[in-house]
Amino acid sequence: MKELYDTISLQFTLKDFHQQKPNLAFATAEKQQLIALLTYMRDVHRYTHLVFVTAVDWLEENRFQITYMLHNYDIKADFGIRVMLDRDKPVMESIHHLWEQGRVYQRELHEMFGIDFPGSPGVNEPMILEGWQGPPVMRRDFDTAKYSLETYDHRPRDTREPESHMKEKLYPED
Amino acid sequence: MSYMDKTTGIPEQGITPPIPDTGEMPDREWRKDDKTLTNAELTLEEQDWFCDARPTPAKPAWGPVEKFYNWARANSLWILAFGTGCGAIELRPLVTARYDISRLGMQPRPTPRQASVFMIGGYVSIKTLKRIVRSYEQMQGPKFVVAVCSCAINGGMYWDSYNTVKRIDQYIPVDVYVTGCMPRPEAVMAGFSKLKELILAGKAEGQNLYAEKFDWYKANQKQVIKDWNMPDYNW
Amino acid sequence: MSLVTKLIWTFISLGIVTIWGLTLTGIVAKIFARVQGRLGPPVWQPFIDIIKNNAKRTAVSHGIMFYLGPVFRIAGGIGTYMFIPAIYGSLYFSNFSVSGDVFLVMYFIFFGQLGMALGAGEGGHPYSAIGVARGLAQMTAFEVPFALSVISLAVQYHTLNITEIVAAQQGGILSWTLFTNPLAVIAAMIAMLGMNMYNPFSVVIAPQETPIGPPTEYSASFLGMLATNRGIFNAAKMVLFMNLYFGGATNLVEMIVKTFCIYFFSVFIGVAFPRFKTEDAIRFFLKVPTLVGILAIAVFLI
Repeated sequence: MKELYDTISLQFTLKDFHQQKPNLAFATAEKQQLIALLTYMRDVHRYTHLVFVTAVDWLEENRFQITYMLHNYDIKADFGIRVMLDRDKPVMESIHHLWEQGRVYQRELHEMFGIDFPGSPGVNEPMILEGWQGPPVMRRDFDTAKYSLETYDHRPRDTREPESHMKEKLYPED
Repeated sequence: MSYMDKTTGIPEQGITPPIPDTGEMPDREWRKDDKTLTNAELTLEEQDWFCDARPTPAKPAWGPVEKFYNWARANSLWILAFGTGCGAIELRPLVTARYDISRLGMQPRPTPRQASVFMIGGYVSIKTLKRIVRSYEQMQGPKFVVAVCSCAINGGMYWDSYNTVKRIDQYIPVDVYVTGCMPRPEAVMAGFSKLKELILAGKAEGQNLYAEKFDWYKANQKQVIKDWNMPDYNW
Repeated sequence: MSLVTKLIWTFISLGIVTIWGLTLTGIVAKIFARVQGRLGPPVWQPFIDIIKNNAKRTAVSHGIMFYLGPVFRIAGGIGTYMFIPAIYGSLYFSNFSVSGDVFLVMYFIFFGQLGMALGAGEGGHPYSAIGVARGLAQMTAFEVPFALSVISLAVQYHTLNITEIVAAQQGGILSWTLFTNPLAVIAAMIAMLGMNMYNPFSVVIAPQETPIGPPTEYSASFLGMLATNRGIFNAAKMVLFMNLYFGGATNLVEMIVKTFCIYFFSVFIGVAFPRFKTEDAIRFFLKVPTLVGILAIAVFLI
């Protein structure tokens, strides 16, 4: 995988190469070069399968990381390409013209992280959360427990200390 | 399995209102008058398609006849399984040779119109709640609800989830809860036999409860379902 | 016998046949369950289901035609039975048998399904429409061998009156149509498999694929009516087959035993075979059974 990384590095600005397994590696690419890089990987190096697109919220560094995982059926290898976005203005180019299924992932990322993909078909439609009005839910600054306690009514819970409870139940006169 | 347990602080009908049930509902734009709903969230064309009548409580028949009917109802429970979560998997063993609920006169039924027991199998997200409300309202009464798994009772492991309602009995009336994560098929069958006892005793009047406290149930539903794009009462 | 007494006796026999038909459904459900290694519902479960469905407090209707669908269906069932002489030679159980009643009965078998198609169509549920389309297609297919078989009987006995056909079969087992015209019986028995809608021709009312077929939208007492009709219709069909092919019956016990045995044929097949797709079922009916039916006519014409 290192050879592949070196080959790509001749044309694209890559960094942070990380070989996780013999057939799984990651590298971080520039945001502006991503579409070209993906097209190049797909058409030249035969990484034809888009396995998934996912995002990570780096709250402390104030940025989002999007990972595009590609798979090569010939050599059975995976290559993950990471892209860093500014958390305050999370906009990314759409890849639905390269892989049709990309728009589903992008719709999900838009809903869960609030990352926008202009031009991706149906990206603004709700995917899982119908009628959601709060902030994007997978962002780490969204406190789900707090939201849940404020929004939904919880069933009251009885907790009893076993010793005193049994004492009260068995010997009520004491 | 617990039926409206006193120890959990739930009153006999199994409900503590999040909105105080004063009879005067603050939010009334979806009610035209005492008998008519507005269906205001639908488009004008869609309003023509749906009924705008409120549900009304149905009177039980004359004593002994009602007892006979209840016996028939208890011995012919047709289940509409709503597989919202992992609990749905528990219905499959029930109909196979090992547990075989058909010997008790039960059978799974694919359409809400013909079913009499609504079995909710697991956690209920907001999106699912919409479907649950629609399916429940489409069932023909007397209808009974059995909620399976701890998620259906108090949210279970999803207690802190942003998208899961914690108490189904605030949105539709529930007759029997079956605890467990997940309950064994035996537990589910114990729940059904408890439901049978309730029906035979004439206590499973969830349909009438829903019709009587319709305002309260609707207000609760509308409180959590933000994009209400369905009729106010589905026939 | 006056018309009024005849009517009263017809309705009495209709009641008997309804109860017998529903019990038959219960017995068959039990047999299916035992074959699958289950205990199965009690034999009287169909009755409880009907009581429960009729005891529902609310029922939803989608309009007049929707309301009339089950009415047509049950009219088809009752009509089928009313023109079949249930017991040969009995004054009380001969119903309204007239000359040419075979055609009337065949028409009534089709009639119910057509009424149901109109009613279910008004329900507006897409699954109803799919179920109706499948049902009508399959029905048209199995009508072909059945009609050919009946025509073969008409050629053989030179009559279209069921009573006369039964009369011609009296005098020992060997004078039954089963032995005098086996080709017609084969074609008709295969058609009966489709008529009873057990496996392998059960895709019309398949519970999980298209939820329950045409009656998807039917609830409460509508459903009760349809279930009652299933009892009547099953028994009426068996009585018809008994009369046409198995020598009829001279008393009630003989009728019950014979109809049970005839019904068992389709149960045997149903337990042992998986389901056909609709198009496969149509293809099946239009191939071998149709050829056998044509052959059955040809034998008597030559």
